[in-house]
Amino acid sequence: MTFDSIFQIAFFWFFAILGIAGGIGLITQKNPVMAALSLILNFFSIAGLYLSLQAEFLAVIQILVYAGAIMVLFLFVIMLLNMQDEQNQQFDVMKGLAFLLGLGFFGELLFVFNSFMGKSVSGAFPLGKVEPIGMQMMTNYLFPFEMISVVLLAALIGAIIIAKKHSYK
Amino acid sequence: MEPNAFMYLTVAAVMFAIGVVGVLTRRNGIVVFMCVELMLNAVNLSLITFSKMHSVAAAAGGAAANVNPAAGSMMVFFVMCVAAAEAVVGLAIVISIFRNKLHIDINDVNIFKW
Repeated sequence: MTFDSIFQIAFFWFFAILGIAGGIGLITQKNPVMAALSLILNFFSIAGLYLSLQAEFLAVIQILVYAGAIMVLFLFVIMLLNMQDEQNQQFDVMKGLAFLLGLGFFGELLFVFNSFMGKSVSGAFPLGKVEPIGMQMMTNYLFPFEMISVVLLAALIGAIIIAKKHSYK
Repeated sequence: MEPNAFMYLTVAAVMFAIGVVGVLTRRNGIVVFMCVELMLNAVNLSLITFSKMHSVAAAAGGAAANVNPAAGSMMVFFVMCVAAAEAVVGLAIVISIFRNKLHIDINDVNIFKW
């Protein structure tokens, strides 16, 4: 076993465990700010996993857009609203049922993914860099790229209209 | 053992299942939104894994030689854009609910219930 492959394995497990720990922190923390920080940890480790899959552009976008912009928006709203921690955190029947449902769903996913056992993901990935993605975006995916700008504009206008104070009250 | 496609997909499945449990159990509206973001990210991770897997198989001259290797990365890019739009509109709705009810406990927000 070479040093290279040991490093690869260590990289994968480090970010996999960190990401799952962030996800568990998200659903167990009572304080919404701590939950948001756990989610940021999860987003960073997903960016690390993108790097290990040689999708460098998406790793950078993940950190810039998700861990940067979207989570700052979430934290801003959490601190703006000044809400209390959740009170009723004890384990009841509905939560147990939800946990069982999640576990069953996870089992189903593993059953489906079982057919990808042993498929290699190590090798050259020509689409990870910025240049080929930019080329694709401006040629094959030009129409979706233009449509996404309309979606973002609609979200911008909709958010302003929903969140502003209505003057007729 | 070198990380293979199944291991990445398992990590994505664990994150998605955690997101499902979070959406079903948490009562704070913003935390429910964050769990939805977690599920979107898990799906993105699995899309990139499939893209890489098919790209490697096509480079090796396998049966997947006629797939478009750009599809996965492009899909993830557009999912990220739509997730950003969704987060903005969702947080606007949360602010609007908070302004009316002074809390965002989603068990108590049932104004559309008949």
